[in-house]
Amino acid sequence: MKESIKKPVLAVGPFHPLQEEMEFFQLTVDGEIVTDIDVRISYNHRGIEKISETLQFDQVPYLVSRICGICSASHPLAYVQAVEEIAGITPPERALYVRTIINELERIHSHMLWVGLAGHFIGYDTVFMWAWKYREPVLDLLEEITGNRNNYGNVKIGGCREDVPNEIIGKMLKELDALEKKTDMLTKAVLDDPVLHARLKGVGILSYEDAVKYAVTGPTARGSGVAIDVRRDDPYAAYADLDWNVITQPEGDVFAKAVVRLLEVFESIKIIRQAAKKLPDGPIAVEVKEIPAGEAVGHTEAPRGETFHYVRSDGGNRPVRHKVRAPSFVNVPSFKASCIGEEIPDVTITLAAVDPCYSCTERLAVIDENNKIVHDYETLLKLSREKTAKMKKEML
Amino acid sequence: MTEPLQILFWVVVFPGFLFTLILGLVASWIVRKVSALVQWRVGPPLLQPFYDVIKLMGKEILIPQEAQRTIFTMAPVVSVAGTLLLSMMLWRVSLAGTSFVGDIIVAIYLMVLPSLALILGGSASASPHATVGTSREMKLVMGYELPLLLALIVVIIKSGGQLSLVAIAQNAPVLSISGMLAFLASLMCVQAKLGFVPFDMAEAETELGSGILMEYSGALLAVWKVAQAMMLVALPLFLVTVFLGGFTSSLWAGIGKYVLVLVLIILIKNTNPRVQIHQAMKFFWVHCGIALVVAVILATIGNNYGIGWL
Repeated sequence: MKESIKKPVLAVGPFHPLQEEMEFFQLTVDGEIVTDIDVRISYNHRGIEKISETLQFDQVPYLVSRICGICSASHPLAYVQAVEEIAGITPPERALYVRTIINELERIHSHMLWVGLAGHFIGYDTVFMWAWKYREPVLDLLEEITGNRNNYGNVKIGGCREDVPNEIIGKMLKELDALEKKTDMLTKAVLDDPVLHARLKGVGILSYEDAVKYAVTGPTARGSGVAIDVRRDDPYAAYADLDWNVITQPEGDVFAKAVVRLLEVFESIKIIRQAAKKLPDGPIAVEVKEIPAGEAVGHTEAPRGETFHYVRSDGGNRPVRHKVRAPSFVNVPSFKASCIGEEIPDVTITLAAVDPCYSCTERLAVIDENNKIVHDYETLLKLSREKTAKMKKEML
Repeated sequence: MTEPLQILFWVVVFPGFLFTLILGLVASWIVRKVSALVQWRVGPPLLQPFYDVIKLMGKEILIPQEAQRTIFTMAPVVSVAGTLLLSMMLWRVSLAGTSFVGDIIVAIYLMVLPSLALILGGSASASPHATVGTSREMKLVMGYELPLLLALIVVIIKSGGQLSLVAIAQNAPVLSISGMLAFLASLMCVQAKLGFVPFDMAEAETELGSGILMEYSGALLAVWKVAQAMMLVALPLFLVTVFLGGFTSSLWAGIGKYVLVLVLIILIKNTNPRVQIHQAMKFFWVHCGIALVVAVILATIGNNYGIGWL
């Protein structure tokens, strides 16, 4: 009799008001306490890597910018850096600064978006609307520079597609001044609100050890005191020339992650101001003839963490292999460490606190007719090793 | 008109069901519009709540296979009936000035009825989300009933031991320290009864879907919406009658007081995140409880020594 009593499962997903995308968290609950969590994603697998292999090198940036509507500057940049490394291209100085500005504008609007959504997830819709209103001028700036509010497609192999015109810089700096004031107000409101403290502090703690164990990246890691940031650790674009700080908070709870994101907005504003000041004159792109055979990786610090692209060329005009690893792919499994033992309202905000982006993270699982996953960890490892050996043989 | 017909008119049209319903839907429009203005949005047109209810009325009703059909379908009706009775009583007090001894106690009972119906309906719907919502609603009811009773005891002491709403509405206890404490505490209780942020954890859209109402659809959901709209009239009206002197001075002053209470509720709704259920219980039992015990003591001292402002 006792075995027939199933543990109650609370389904967050596949369609749930918590998040816009398709995701499925099975929360095994004991009253209000979550005792286990099963994360199931891949409701929207689009086969980006496979499509990428059918496109030419210069078409791929527009494809990968559509991996995620929000990281649409980071993904193409990582890809382009990989290709530039294969071909040994050095983009002009001005292009590096333009890339920096676009990427930091993207970080600002992504972090503001998260702050708003986090407010919505804990039922604070006023914060939701206000943060999104503050975010709007940033999107307008991006539209004015690149032509699009999202999916800018501004980076191409050898440089940039659109320049940051010198006329726009004054307006941009003015908008950033206004944004800094508003963000300051918002940050103070978050840091001083006792109800928000009660609601967010000590919730969903991801300890330093767990953060290292699950290899989380981005604000998720920095909120647990792990000071990693690709912009500083392996500088790309113009970050090495600029003066800014890596924000970390030691607590590892949702509040710390919120503080990290809010303070990073100020750092981004600082970076853009310096970049606008130092912006050198000159062309924004060099001509690219052909991509030789070879392989390379490119990585950038997307708003959610490290975006990693691996590209292999055989000397033709298409990549023969293109591998993408978005930050959510490593951040999502950390729910196992941060959610179990928490209460349901804490778990939902913890799920949102890593700012998961499922469309970046979708992977394929092969199942047989009994709904059993065919490839487990061992067979996948074996397949991967076989493939690597085969590829190495081809490369020689 | 003969007397039974007159009573029927009172119950069904004015100031009963239809009048309260229309006023309630307008009040829920005010809630949405003011929230929108606070949040820099445009907000819905005046008739939007009416459209919502009418549209829901025409939608298919789905009842889960494992649900207790009778309780599941009856719960929203019970909720509407309880709210209707409560608002009838309050309108009679406010507009006609008729009342009976002890109707404040009846009002207390009637105010619990919608919450109980919600708990019954949620637990009859055989959904894990609704189950969690139900358990939260039960804890919430246990949380706010104690401070609400204490607050009403303060009012009864201030009015010199009167138990009828008309007699209580003659004075405005909010103009004293104990009355103010009691008013603020009952405002929070009304917030919880209405299921508004920060006490909307039973519905908790971003955690439980819509939690306790998750399995309701079509006309049954419309009936819940109707009950909620009518509560939006009845509960602030109760606060106005008990704490703010009701409609005794003039009709317009009464309407002004009602709108004031409604706007206070909306502002609380829009400047807070949703709290957890144990935080809500702690708030009601410890913080409100202690404040109200102090208020009861102050009111007793004030009453015995004739100090009005205590």
